[in-house]
Amino acid sequence: MSDFTAGFWDYYIGVITVVSIVACAVLLWGMSTQRVPGGATTGHTWDEDLVELNHPLPRWWIWLFYITIVFSLVYLVLYPGLGSYAGSTKWTSKGEYEAEIKQANAQYGPLYEKYAAQDLKQVAADPQARAIGQRLFLNYCAQCHASDGGGSRGFPNLTDQDWLYGGEPETIKASILNGRNGIMPPLGAALGEEGTKDAAHYVLSLSGRTSDPVRVARGKEKFSAICAACHGAGGKGNPQLGAADLSDRIWLHGSSEAALIETIGKGRASVMPAHKDFLGEARVHILAAYVYSLSNPQSAGMPVR
Amino acid sequence: MNDSLKGPELRKPDEFIEEALYEVREKIYPRAVGGWFAGWRVAMVLVTQIVFYGTPWLPWNGRQAVLFDLAARKFHIFGLVLWPQDFIYLTLLLVISALALFLFTAVAGRLWCGYACPQTVYTEIFMWIERKVEGDRQHRIKLDGGPFGLRKLRLKAAKHGLWIALALWTGFTFVGYFTPIRELAGEVAMLALGPWESFWILFYGFATYGNAGWMREQVCMHMCPYARFQSAMFDTDTLIITYDKGRGEPRGARPRSADPKAAGLGDCVDCDICVQVCPTGIDIRKGLQYECIGCAACIDGCDRVMKKMGYRPGLIRYSTENALRHGWDFRQMVKRALRPRVLVYAAVLSAVTLGAAASLALRAPIKVDVIRDRAGLAREVEGGKIENVYRLQIMNTEERSHRFVIRVTGSDELEHLEVLTEAQPLEIGPVSSRAVPVRVRAEPEHARRSSQPITFIVEASDDGKHPLPEVFSVRERSSFFVPGESR
Repeated sequence: MSDFTAGFWDYYIGVITVVSIVACAVLLWGMSTQRVPGGATTGHTWDEDLVELNHPLPRWWIWLFYITIVFSLVYLVLYPGLGSYAGSTKWTSKGEYEAEIKQANAQYGPLYEKYAAQDLKQVAADPQARAIGQRLFLNYCAQCHASDGGGSRGFPNLTDQDWLYGGEPETIKASILNGRNGIMPPLGAALGEEGTKDAAHYVLSLSGRTSDPVRVARGKEKFSAICAACHGAGGKGNPQLGAADLSDRIWLHGSSEAALIETIGKGRASVMPAHKDFLGEARVHILAAYVYSLSNPQSAGMPVR
Repeated sequence: MNDSLKGPELRKPDEFIEEALYEVREKIYPRAVGGWFAGWRVAMVLVTQIVFYGTPWLPWNGRQAVLFDLAARKFHIFGLVLWPQDFIYLTLLLVISALALFLFTAVAGRLWCGYACPQTVYTEIFMWIERKVEGDRQHRIKLDGGPFGLRKLRLKAAKHGLWIALALWTGFTFVGYFTPIRELAGEVAMLALGPWESFWILFYGFATYGNAGWMREQVCMHMCPYARFQSAMFDTDTLIITYDKGRGEPRGARPRSADPKAAGLGDCVDCDICVQVCPTGIDIRKGLQYECIGCAACIDGCDRVMKKMGYRPGLIRYSTENALRHGWDFRQMVKRALRPRVLVYAAVLSAVTLGAAASLALRAPIKVDVIRDRAGLAREVEGGKIENVYRLQIMNTEERSHRFVIRVTGSDELEHLEVLTEAQPLEIGPVSSRAVPVRVRAEPEHARRSSQPITFIVEASDDGKHPLPEVFSVRERSSFFVPGESR
């Protein structure tokens, strides 16, 4: 794509390039035919008696310069260089990149195909596939889910048994392929400041943590009316909606009272991006198997930590 | 160098000659010469070329002993495998080579050019072939000056055929350092060479043929930067090839029976042998010139003539500017050779060489890079502990498997560090690397600062079956982060 909107600059650059090359050729021709005062020295004398011996270069040096001119002209015909002229080979760095990708796909494709035909659990039990999966994971997933898959605040831990959308191999694969949009709506306005705090205390009580019994009682009503729609009556969560289990000890966005109030009042929007177009299904298949093996070391035939 | 400017050909101010900026090269026909220094050069040619042509064929533990595998980024040199991380050793090699060049040049001028430089070595081989086919200097001049005919065609074809064959073999050998030479030989035999292999064989072969067959002294005179900067390392105590003007002049022809003193002549019989044998076509009697590559062919040539004449050898010899001026003998000259710059060069060269050798011998066969997870600096896990995640890139540079144990130590403030990773010890295959995620846990109450230095220790582990030949460990520093709210 041309960086300039007006066509003038294409010609401007092209003309400057061609004129420079022609000027070089004219200069070379002039130098090779020019005759100068000769002799044993160059004729200059410095510091009283210092002279420079005359050692003319061999004539073939000139031909090296002419070769560079021929090279530049051939180059400008074959490759882009003259304004917006694309060159007869139509070479682009993007085209070269795509050719390399194509070559790499042709080289590694059969390996991915082999695993894509296998069941996910079978792939997870294959050490070579897991090694590939780990490399993919470190490249594409570790930025959020950490190198060990342990996640961090806001990014789920993939090594435990707690799954927002379900931990079956096929569900994991679907999560990676299509991504997930985890929306916890902001309820601060609906609940009010005190109501939010009450709901937070009720949620604290679900996992048996220290809570204010008065607020728990008040919060329970609010929870049944509003929160239970997604999180279920006992706060056990709902993998269909990606609603978190609030009765366990795993807290994606923080477990403190302040963090819970913030989550309820302001809501949370967690996005797992879709990787179908980016990585392709064959790679995601191996990746899903690797992620599955992280929380199921036995089924993957791995030594238990 | 200045001597050459004081010759009779210095242009007089009123003289005016016009000429082109570039001149047509005059072909040089060096005459064959034998002698002590020619023998040294032949020996150097043999040694360097046996090493060059022979090395790629040496086997070592089922692979090529010396193979620079660019695609896999592994340089195999006998038992040693160098990784890209070992690039410093290439730097050291270049530093050592440069210092050696400085030292040898300061002591005895262009020794490298005269005996060891590939340009000299290949030119010597190509000239030897030329001599075998076309004959010595006189025959070659006559052949080139003669009319074109069947005999000339036959000789030229034979010479160039042999040159091209040798050049292609040289190119083939060169490529054989970068791709397994036995497979390469098979590909050549099957005419199944890849495009890049073909290119490099032909390119290197063409460079050999062109430089040693056609360019010769022009490479040294017009292309080589080392030729020029070596002159800057000469001083008045550097051994150079010089003509003893005091002894030789006035030069002149005379019968063998004549007494030169009676005829008022010096020892130089003006036979021009020194000019005829010179591969760069200079007259050493004009003094030190930048074209002189220090090959000492003129010494060998002159000594033969001196012997024939019944004179002392050494009219042209290795000597220093000071020795010539003051008439020193060999011992005085050598005494001056050990001057401060030579001693400094020698000391630095030995220090760097010893340092490089020691570092190479003592290096641990593994390399470790610690890459800290950056997205989540720290996370809280059960029991209120703080966990940091690291990725350890562990590279086993040796050609056998190693088993490793990862440990971690922190400062006094950060006790009770736990390392959690896959089952230890970890096994890493020969000449391969692995990324190992490692979690480190600590009790936050011990931490007074948010960032604590910690050190990973990766140690070779005994597998219980084989005794460890040597225990080694690699330490890599990183940091452990404790969030403010947890402290």
